[in-house]
This record gives sequence, structure tokens and C-alpha cells, in this order.
Amino acid sequence: MANQDLKELADREYKYGFKSEIETDQVPRGLNEETVRLISKKKEEPAFMLAWRLKAYKHWLGMTEPTWAAVHYPKIDYQNVIYYSAPKAKKKLNSMDEVDPEIRATFEKLGIPLEEQKMLSNVAVDAVFDSVSVATTFRKTLAEAGVIFCSFSDAVKEYPELLEKYLGSVVPYTDNFFATLNSAVFSDGSFCYIPKGVKCPMELSTYFRINAKDTGQFERTLIVADEGASVSYLEGCTAPMRDENQLHAAVVELVAMGDASIKYSTIQNWYPGDKNGKGGIYNFVTKRGKCAGARSKISWTQVETGSAITWKYPSCILLGDESVGEFYSVALANHYQQADTGTKMIHIGKNTKSTIISKGISAGHGQNAYRGQVRIAKSAVGARNYSQCDSLLLGDECGAHTFPSLEVKNTSATVEHEASTSKIGEDQLFYLRQRGLSAEDAVGMIVNGFCKQVFNELPLEFAVEAHKLMNISLEGSVG
Amino acid sequence: MLKIKGLHATVGGKAILKGLDLEVKAGAVHAIMGPNGSGKSTLSYVLAGREGYAVTEGSATYQGADLLAMAPEVRAREGVFLAFQYPVEIPGVSNKYFLKAAYNAQRKHRGEPEMDAGAFLKFIKEKAKLVEMDPSFLNRSVNEGFSGGEKKRNEILQLAVLEPKLALLDETDSGLDIDALKIVANGINKLRHPARAVVLVTHYQRLLDYIVPDFVHVLSGGRIVKSGGKELALQLEKEGYGWIEDQSGTARVTV
Repeated sequence: MANQDLKELADREYKYGFKSEIETDQVPRGLNEETVRLISKKKEEPAFMLAWRLKAYKHWLGMTEPTWAAVHYPKIDYQNVIYYSAPKAKKKLNSMDEVDPEIRATFEKLGIPLEEQKMLSNVAVDAVFDSVSVATTFRKTLAEAGVIFCSFSDAVKEYPELLEKYLGSVVPYTDNFFATLNSAVFSDGSFCYIPKGVKCPMELSTYFRINAKDTGQFERTLIVADEGASVSYLEGCTAPMRDENQLHAAVVELVAMGDASIKYSTIQNWYPGDKNGKGGIYNFVTKRGKCAGARSKISWTQVETGSAITWKYPSCILLGDESVGEFYSVALANHYQQADTGTKMIHIGKNTKSTIISKGISAGHGQNAYRGQVRIAKSAVGARNYSQCDSLLLGDECGAHTFPSLEVKNTSATVEHEASTSKIGEDQLFYLRQRGLSAEDAVGMIVNGFCKQVFNELPLEFAVEAHKLMNISLEGSVG
Repeated sequence: MLKIKGLHATVGGKAILKGLDLEVKAGAVHAIMGPNGSGKSTLSYVLAGREGYAVTEGSATYQGADLLAMAPEVRAREGVFLAFQYPVEIPGVSNKYFLKAAYNAQRKHRGEPEMDAGAFLKFIKEKAKLVEMDPSFLNRSVNEGFSGGEKKRNEILQLAVLEPKLALLDETDSGLDIDALKIVANGINKLRHPARAVVLVTHYQRLLDYIVPDFVHVLSGGRIVKSGGKELALQLEKEGYGWIEDQSGTARVTV
């Protein structure tokens, strides 16, 4: 492929990099006990919430940032981050029409209209702008089915008993450096509860947007599917192009009771930094699901194309007998992006089953690591795991790394692991171009083919999006 | 349709084509025969625009335009098709999706509207019959897990779908058993058309029993050293390439 074309393609701009001019209400830069108290106060939280935050903060003070991941970045100055930034609200909103027009315009521009009549049919959206949720659509329709879907802030006030019961039940506030930080300062996120036996009537989705400068985004998502309930949930993320790195440390907790199922899909497109590695989001995220009941199922699907650094391991604790955990992942590292991502499958219940399909794509100077752990406890009679990790390299200066770990303590378990690394072939590119496809379409087609197993797991509306996003994010990055 | 004059080309710095002249006419089937290493595949790749095949001298004019100045995909959209000797696998991309993308790229190039999925499916199912291909192959990944014969048939299916003006077939007969050879040849014969030129690049005469060429050219030492009618192929079959190689550099017959 002609290097000229490649360069042009690779230099294409991040589509979501615009900034919105919005008046914000921010807490002072830096982190101390006062910051934590201030955030809790701003959110008018009940006492249990503040107590929990403070425990987390105190614990965090004694922790050190982990260094085991295959990612390199300058030391983060946690005192130079703004931990809370919210668009200035004039009064409490009663309907969608009252959302700040500038914010509405921002989401429109991102292709996420907040007016319900304009929405994708059958998808409810919670829109999170900087630190707070600005709108949740279809709340009424969902309420009729008994489904609770609202911002975390609302949930703290409206459903404190549910929150107190489940918050931190999967990712405790002591879990890890970033999760603990999040527990202290998290600002908003989504809460979702599907009652017994209810199949959620529509796809739920949260759309995260970082806008303000020097702000960290710390959101929490908690999804509980009670016995026999099922839900499919999707999150999307974008941020403006800024020269400074921005910190994003989120926590997602999923709880599936007996016979319940949760499908959690992510399309992560935070600003990845420019082609020289300047700017971009540091994405340190803790995601974990607990299959608490028998025959429950949690399925993670992620398409990670953004962020300067991705540090993320959506995991499943398979506690219930015959419970099922799945992890389908596509991670792309282009230019100077670094991705260290994978999963943990922890088999505790009998006849538990897990599947891991990981597709890593490295281009430019990108570095992509798969880090996975499969642990079969002594109690997990008849447990089964299948792992497949494939890496695709585009060019000579990128890297793919695989760090699988297996720990089997029950001899009746079956564990399979397959791995492959391949380079996008000049012969494949020429073949497709000879059939009339442009170089960029050819690369897009080969990569999308490579990712197909994972894209097939996405809800239909989003599979198309993922396809397009993939093309935009890496076309022409072949050398 | 295609005029090649004094074409010199190198691969990895090594001169392979050394002053090749050839004129291909619309409606005709040309066979290019030659011993191994004579430059047959290089000629196909140079005409299709593969990277690493550098033209150092000479010209190739296609429909009055400079073929060598066009990007490979532009050549393809202008109607130049290469059936590969070793078709490439594209995992995860279905045959029909790939064909539709290729077909619509061509239509777009001509300023025509793209064909929608429903109409296209009907269209390729018809074409699949031409090469006696089971429609289930349309849903499978491009060439992945195909046998040698199935891959070659898939090339002819693409040829049938893309309806090129100039079809270059590189050793399409290699690796085919007699039944597969007949099916492939039959497919190609059905695609003969007054507006279409076919260039068969082959080592053996065998394929020419089923696809009777209008012209036969012998490629040796990077040049066309002899041209004639279909009887030339039979002569080569009987006498081998030795007698021609002896004359190479002197004998040059144009049609």
C-alpha cells in the first residue's frame, strides 16, 4: 500500500473531539477529605453514602498505584485533577425539554438525541456529562415494567435500601487503587434494577461524555438482575480532543441472581490522543460481575478503540452452580495507544462454564496486551473454560502481548486455550484491491472480519456502529 | 483493448520482463504459455498493479489510457480482473459481503447507484449456478477452508459477478482435477463475449482443450518469443518449450 495514502488515512481526525461551552460547577482542584465531603454534599447524599466514601478515601491513602500492567505513562498527579464538574443547573429538571440546550446539542452532535421520539427505537439512554447524569429517557415506560433505570445520584436518594445492599458487593471499596479512588469520589453513573422474572422490554444504555478540561470522570454503574430477570445494557463513551491527558476511573458492578442474565456491551471511544501520542484519556476501569445464583449468566462484550491507555479486565465470579460467564473483546491500539485488557473468570460453583474470545489489533506504534486469568476453585466440579486470544498486527512498529494465567484446583475441570498472532497480509490487501476496493476499505474489511466473532455478540443496532467505528479508528494504519 | 510495448519489469531488483510486446483484442481469448520462470505470473501482477513489481521501461495502454499509472483498485473498477493462481483467504468476511462490496465499488466508479442486498443476492445466486457452486459457499468466509478446486471456482464466480472487460487468468488450471477443470473451463466459456478479452496464463496445454484460444503466445526469458493460433499450443504440448527457447531473442511474430 502506498505510504502516502496510509499517512493521510492515519492522520484523520477524531470525529468526536469538539468541546462544548457550558458553565460548570466544579470543586477545587485536588483531593482531600474535604473534597469527598463536598462531593457528597453537592449530591445531597444520605449518611451511609458519605461514610462509605470516607472509608474508601482513607483506605486509598494507604494504597499505591499498580505497576504490573504493560502500560507506560508519566506519573499522575492526583492533586492536579478536578474531581467533580457538573453543568450548572438552574433548577431541578422536570422533563427532557428542560435540559440545557447546549448539552442537548452536544448529544445530538454525538448522534444521541435525548428527545424520546427521536431515539433509536427500543433503547433507553442515561446521558452522563462530565460528572453528572443529565438525562434518562424512557424512565416511565420502564417503570411500567417494574424496571428501575436512573442515574446513580437519583438512585442514592430514591432507592437507598437497594443501593446499600448491593453497592460494593462485587467490587468492594478496598478492591484496587483505581476502584478505591472511584469509591471515594465517584460522581454519578447509572443504576439499574430488573425485578424478579422481568425481561427488560428495551435495551438500556448509558452514554458518557467528558467535556470539561482537567476533569477526571469517575462514574459507577450498578446493575442488579433479580431471579429470572434479564437485561441487555450498552455503554458508549467519547471525549473532546485535548492536549492534556484526562483520567477516567470507573467501576461497574453486575449482580445476577438465579436464572438471571445480564449482557453488558461497551463501545469505548474516548479520545485516544493524537498521532504523536499527545493527549488522550487514561482509562482505568474495574468491571466485575457476580453470577450469584444458579444458572445465571453474565456476558461482557467490549469494543475498545479509544483512550491513550486502557487498563480494564471485565470479570465474572461464577458462584452459582451451572452459571455462565462470557467475555468477548476487541481492543485496538493505534498510533501510541496502549491497551492492557482481558478478563478473569473465577469458577466456584459446580458445572460453571466460561468463554473468552479476545481479539487484539495493534497498528502504528500501538501496544496491545491480553491479560487473562482463569481460576477453577476446588469446589468447581465439572467446570469448563474455553479461551481464544487472537492478535492482528498492522505494520512493523506495533506490538501484541499475551499473558494468560490458569489455576485449576479441581481435576474434573476442562480448560482449553488457543492463541494466534498474525500480520495483515500484503497478499490479502492486494487481493481485495484487485477486486476494486480502496486500500482503506480493504483494511477495514480484513479487520472487521477478524473481529466478527465479537461483533456478532453486540446488539444489532450497535454492531453496525462498531463496524463503522473500527473503520474510522484504524483505516490506513498499515505500514 | 490492451497494448503492451517494450515492457521491462523487475521483482526485488531482478529483471523478469525484458521488453515484452503484446496486443490483446476485445472478444478474443489469448493464451500465454511458457516454461516456469519465464515471467508469466509477473506479467499478470504487473498488469494488475501489485506492489513490488516495478516497471522500469515500456508501456501498457488499456482502452487508450495508461494502465500503469492507475492504482490497482482503479484498474479493477475499470474492468481489469485477475483470477489468482493462489486465491487468498479473508477470515470472517463472507463471500457474498465481499462480492457485494466489490461489485458496488465498480458501480460507484461508473456513477451508477449501488445494488441493494436483496437484488444482489438474487444476482449472485444466478452467477453461482454458472460455476456449479452451492449457494452455501456465498455465506462462508472468502476462500477460508475451501479446497483448491473450490478456490478456483470462487475466482470464476467473482469473474462472472464483476463482468470485467479484460480478464487475466493466472494458472487457473493448476491444482484442478479433471472434473473441476471442466467446470471452471465451462464457466469461462460461458463468459466469452465480443466486448471481453480473456488472457489465459498457463503452463500446460490441458486447459486449452476446454477453452479454445484465438491466439497463443509463448513467453520466454521475459519476452513474447512466438505467437500463433491454437495449433501452436498443440505443438508446444508435443515438442516442449526447448525448441522455442533455442530461438528466443530472434523469433518474434506479431498477430
